[in-house]
Amino acid sequence: MTDARPAFTLKDLHGEAHQFDGTGPSLICFVKEDCETCNIAAPVLQALTQAYGDKVSVLVPAQSGDANADFVRRHGLTMPVLDDVGCKTSFDWNFEIVPAVYWIDDSGTVVTHFEGFVRDDWKALSDQIAQDTGQPVAQIDWDSLPAWRPGCGSKHFDPEVYDKLRAAADGDVLLARKVEVASGDDVSEFMFDQGFSDGLPLVPPTPERVMRMLAGTHRDPQDVIAVVPPNMGVGTVEKIAINAVMAGCKPEYLPVVIAAIEAVCTDEFNIHGVTATTMGAATVMVVNGPIRDKIGMNAGLGAMGAGNRANATIGRALRLVIRNIGGAKTGGVERSTLGNPMKFTMCFAENEEVSPWEPLHVERGFEPEDSVVTIFAMTGGPVHLVDQTSRKPDQIAGSLGQGLESVFLPKLHNLPVDALLVVCPEHIKTMTRDGDYSKDRLRDRIQAVTSRPLSEMVQNDQSGAGISVADADKMGPEKLALLAPKFAGKEYIHIVVAGGEAGKFSSAFHGWSTGAAGSISVSRKIYLG
Amino acid sequence: MTIILDPTDERVPVARQISERSGAVQGIVGLLNISKPRGNILLDELGKLLAEKAPGVEVRHYTKPTFAKPCPDTLRQQIRDECDFLVEGLAD
Repeated sequence: MTDARPAFTLKDLHGEAHQFDGTGPSLICFVKEDCETCNIAAPVLQALTQAYGDKVSVLVPAQSGDANADFVRRHGLTMPVLDDVGCKTSFDWNFEIVPAVYWIDDSGTVVTHFEGFVRDDWKALSDQIAQDTGQPVAQIDWDSLPAWRPGCGSKHFDPEVYDKLRAAADGDVLLARKVEVASGDDVSEFMFDQGFSDGLPLVPPTPERVMRMLAGTHRDPQDVIAVVPPNMGVGTVEKIAINAVMAGCKPEYLPVVIAAIEAVCTDEFNIHGVTATTMGAATVMVVNGPIRDKIGMNAGLGAMGAGNRANATIGRALRLVIRNIGGAKTGGVERSTLGNPMKFTMCFAENEEVSPWEPLHVERGFEPEDSVVTIFAMTGGPVHLVDQTSRKPDQIAGSLGQGLESVFLPKLHNLPVDALLVVCPEHIKTMTRDGDYSKDRLRDRIQAVTSRPLSEMVQNDQSGAGISVADADKMGPEKLALLAPKFAGKEYIHIVVAGGEAGKFSSAFHGWSTGAAGSISVSRKIYLG
Repeated sequence: MTIILDPTDERVPVARQISERSGAVQGIVGLLNISKPRGNILLDELGKLLAEKAPGVEVRHYTKPTFAKPCPDTLRQQIRDECDFLVEGLAD
């Protein structure tokens, strides 16, 4: 016995409406014309109709549209065969296989339900109806029928049909404004015209696609993940999912996008400032933990672009959320002098497997089995650091340090500014050829090889950047002889490993204004499913 | 018709955007008569005024087969290819 089934009204082949009001006695059987098992069941249904039709309402919702008429003709069916071509009733009744049979008593209780064709089930059904209605048992040559045949998948599970039905059924969970694009309009062009795009084509966020995207998270579509600067738009899971669809994400990427939105919409990260600065800062996302493999992210060859869908679209989804929910449009709050291509997308996974060090997320306090996204505000990069000839650990570490001299300007030192160093596997091999070479040792090496006397940082005819001449005069020769490293502290140097096995090319991202007045990098755990 | 969900915070109404206005009428101006009664009289008068007040402008006349149906694709494309501006007489 199962719960009562939902009422329906469907039309037969002649356009006459037939109603199931939720009560019986009713024999309901869902069928599909091209299902072999439904065709085996059809003569049995006809025999049951002839035997019990006076006292029982027999209704056969069929999923095959015009072909329903062929089904009726083929088997000489006399009961109402009803049009459920859109499969809404099939969806509401929530079975998996056709034929799907329900014997429902006066009170609306489902006495018998089965799917497919098991001869004994059908025979027991006939006996049950005969007993319940006091009619003579239907005369059916059971031995001529197969003992068992599997049914066919119900048509409402066809992905195209199912997503539409689910979107309609769950329509009340989608609260975003529905925008009708006229059939004469090109959807892609329409989205460009509305200003939804970062300049590249978008995937249209239809309700069906958004419902599929929402399947990537356990969160309620109306959960508010963040209030998104600069306009302080409300970033619900649904709105984030819409932008993730447009970016080209798969549903399994959505938890990463959600964690990224949480991270950037914090006071520490300050996405408003990162967006608004004329300096042209952008978000750089590093993903750690098991989710990298689970969703097919690239940490190896070409990790920083291009060609990997997860890397490309997760980074893009973050940018689209800031643009569309946050309202950061170029020329509006987005006011970068030159901009930079990372404003389209910049997201990659750390190559934890070839790294001799703790992965970034563990270094930042998470467990190795956690999946974590870390976001930096960066103004430049990836800038290649080329050294194909160093063979000693301190040499390669020294080259990487010298490569960081160009952060802001080579002349500027003691910078309280982040840099993200991405060390490639071949450089790792050289650095660790004599044994451990810790991240801290690398940081110290960077600071050591970049240390220069302050006298080299005084404004002069070559460059007006640096210490003013007046200040230099006050400092005097002794102070000006003091050495200043590139970074104000080694904590500004962040290090990860990525890249393919071949090639002695590491890379660096140059920071923006780091700290409470600018941006502080933020990590957030990714909650799967 | 396609339905999409609004990706924004919905503070601005979704609307078709009008083409950018150059501030000057020049080149070829099309006058599209949709075949409503007396539409031709209005558009002819407009054509005369344009010839007087903007002598450098060339005026071309087009006619839709019927006002009751959308403009045929071929005519729409012809107008797009030939004109810099179009004035369409829409109603009675």
